[in-house]
Amino acid sequence: MGLFSRLKESIKGGSQQAAAASETTQEPELEKTGFFGRLKESLTKTRQSFVEKIDNLVHRHKAIDEDLYEELEEILVQADVGVNTAMELVEKTRRSVKERRVDDAGELKAILKEHIREMLGTDTASLNITDETPTVIMVVGVNGVGKTTTIGKLAHYYKSRGAKVLLGAADTFRAAAIDQLEIWAERVGVEIIKHREGADPAAVAFDSLQAAKARRADLLIVDTAGRLHTKANLMEELKKISRVLGREMAGAPHEVLLILDATTGQNAVNQARLFGEAVGITGIALTKLDGSSKGGVIIAVKQALDIPVKLIGIGESLEDLRPFSPGDFADALFDE
Amino acid sequence: MFASLAERLQETFKKLRGKGRLTESDVNEALREVRLALLEADVNFKVVKDFIARIKERAVGQELLASLNPAQHVIKIVHEELTTLMGGSNSRINLAPKPPTVVMMVGLNGAGKTTTSAKLANLMRKQGRRPLMVAADVYRPAAIKQLEVLGGQLNLPVFSMGDQLEPVAIGLAAVESAAGAGRDMVIIDTAGRQEVNEELMAELENMKETIKPHEILLVVDAMTGQAAVSVAETFNSRLGLDGVVLTKLDGDTRGGAALSVRSVTGKPIKFVGVGEKLDALEPFHPERMAERILGMGDMLTLIEKAQENFNADQMAKMQKKLRSMEFTLEDFLDQLNQVKKLGPIEQVLSMIPGLGGNKKLKDLKVDEKELVFAEAIIKSMTPAERSDPERVLNGSRKRRIAKGSGTTVQEINRLLKQFEQTKKMMKQFIDMEKSLKKGGKMLKNPFFS
Ligand SMILES: Nc1nc2c(ncn2[C@@H]2O[C@H](COP(=O)(O)OP(=O)(O)OP(=O)(O)O)[C@@H](O)[C@H]2O)c(=O)[nH]1
Ligand SMILES: [Mg+2]
Repeated sequence: MGLFSRLKESIKGGSQQAAAASETTQEPELEKTGFFGRLKESLTKTRQSFVEKIDNLVHRHKAIDEDLYEELEEILVQADVGVNTAMELVEKTRRSVKERRVDDAGELKAILKEHIREMLGTDTASLNITDETPTVIMVVGVNGVGKTTTIGKLAHYYKSRGAKVLLGAADTFRAAAIDQLEIWAERVGVEIIKHREGADPAAVAFDSLQAAKARRADLLIVDTAGRLHTKANLMEELKKISRVLGREMAGAPHEVLLILDATTGQNAVNQARLFGEAVGITGIALTKLDGSSKGGVIIAVKQALDIPVKLIGIGESLEDLRPFSPGDFADALFDE
Repeated sequence: MFASLAERLQETFKKLRGKGRLTESDVNEALREVRLALLEADVNFKVVKDFIARIKERAVGQELLASLNPAQHVIKIVHEELTTLMGGSNSRINLAPKPPTVVMMVGLNGAGKTTTSAKLANLMRKQGRRPLMVAADVYRPAAIKQLEVLGGQLNLPVFSMGDQLEPVAIGLAAVESAAGAGRDMVIIDTAGRQEVNEELMAELENMKETIKPHEILLVVDAMTGQAAVSVAETFNSRLGLDGVVLTKLDGDTRGGAALSVRSVTGKPIKFVGVGEKLDALEPFHPERMAERILGMGDMLTLIEKAQENFNADQMAKMQKKLRSMEFTLEDFLDQLNQVKKLGPIEQVLSMIPGLGGNKKLKDLKVDEKELVFAEAIIKSMTPAERSDPERVLNGSRKRRIAKGSGTTVQEINRLLKQFEQTKKMMKQFIDMEKSLKKGGKMLKNPFFS
């Protein structure tokens, strides 16, 4: 219990606490630059293009006029924020400008940032780690978003902090998905429960939870097959996995983590909605932020569904997972 | 959620009616709706800008209001331009003068390269080729195994040398081995990468230089957002793409990435992936994609699906009834039962123009239980009530029917509402279908020339 309370703290705290935790658990990778630094690094591209554009904009126009707002909206749209959310953000900025009688275009950025942060929520959301063990995390999402990789990273994160982690290979559908998870389990040095390809995923989930209890694991992470949220039968299958876990342990799965690919456009909102309706998403991990995508769609997702983003993926290796902090995210997006 | 573009344009033009002639600013207002629709569909904003400029050129100065339905005409122009921009359907692979033909699959992480490689191999075999798949993704855990499993399922050979060699070396060895093994096509599955990753992009360039593939296909997830432009631009400028494969189109994405990719590369979208099964690779249909992006619902798909499930006579009868407004409650019941066969009802409805993402959809949700109620209600009606419920049904009749069917007046009212909506939607569906079928001829319409 003590262990997990500490872990909770460490993943909860965003920048400072994450940095502090990494000091106490001696994780050299994290220490070198700290969460914030790495996040910034990974967002460099994003920030450059985004901030450059805003700055260009602000410098070109001295007075605040319609063109300026229009261009702001375009920049937001280009960051995948979504046209409706972009319009809303611009509208809010416009209102604030009026209320505060701002007439210097240079202040626009700060105001817009303020509103983005406000939309994202001010608190850093932590994973739902339970006092009673094992904590069960079920990982879901459409095909290829980074579920299995994120599980590898998560397992590493908790393992390196002293937790006993077990993986459940409930993607019995995709070719070699079990082998893929197995390789991650080996890399991290944790155990894995698996059946053969084509087996009933709910049965794998059941066995995994049994094993997690028997082996006194602190954490069980269940991988599931990628599926499009529109496929009713596959969503039923997912519900069944969730039900089986819940039957074996009250409250399980404690965390249903939806993986969203930052490269995804507005469809991410549909994904979050339908996965949420099926199995009740408790958190989002946003992957592939090391690419050129801005990940702005999470603002739209948050806006539409109020599901917190908890983690971000910034690369393909074990260390490339970070806690998500709305404030840091908005800041990193705009910081010089 | 916004209503579909068609409905929105209808609204816009309603406001403009009675003005006699459309000014430039009127057209702009309509084009604003088009712009919103395209942006909602994830078309890159720069691409949208260019596109709107083109449309405007065509639309300004035309006496749109003189036509009965200016909204339809704007849609027509947009639909045509969009279809043209998407290019014709070309799903041929460049063949080598001397076999083997080498095809290289590239793209972002998780786009679907491995599955698409296997699907393509399967399709090529159907076309008489003898493909060899090559496992050159040495980075992602078990990527090689994945391709091997798929090869096993297809009973097609997979060339692999483990994950310790350079991908370029593996590719080269595979190509060299192909002829001897009697394979006339080599499909190389490369690792996913981000286009901003310099090292990995250089690796692909190197592979192209060394192996000299005849066809380089960019695999793009149909759900991709604004980044589609940067991805396609970078892959194209560094590798010189020959075509694009759009994956995961079996979901509900509007797929604006298709337009982005196509317009920045000028390269044809050759195939689309529409499922996880290995035969779920289809030729690209520009006009369908155009409709989908515009949020007009995937009508053609629906029509096809409907044709599979309804027999032609029934369809024709239903259409005639709708046109002559003879669509009765009895037909409605029939319809409900038919539509049920098409798949989950919400999914079917979402494909119908004007209903995708519409609030009305909520009222239209039909479940089994309601169907039983509907049947009971309709059976408790007299023939006159069934054929013209709006006119005939009054309070006392409704109470009688409720009693007879073991339901409530409320439930009857709900059914009637659903009936009305269905009628409207069916009409819309048929109108759209008609105007689409005429699509090709519109170009020659003097009105638009
Ligand atoms: N660049 C980058 N690649 C990532 C990240 N997360 C995952 N990937 C890559 O994305 C691809 C797909 O990842 P997987 O973990 O297999 O995705 P999945 O959701 O489990 O896929 P399915 O099980 O096939 O649905 C792989 O190439 C991963 O290496 C990330 O944060 N950044
Ligand atoms: Mg997986």
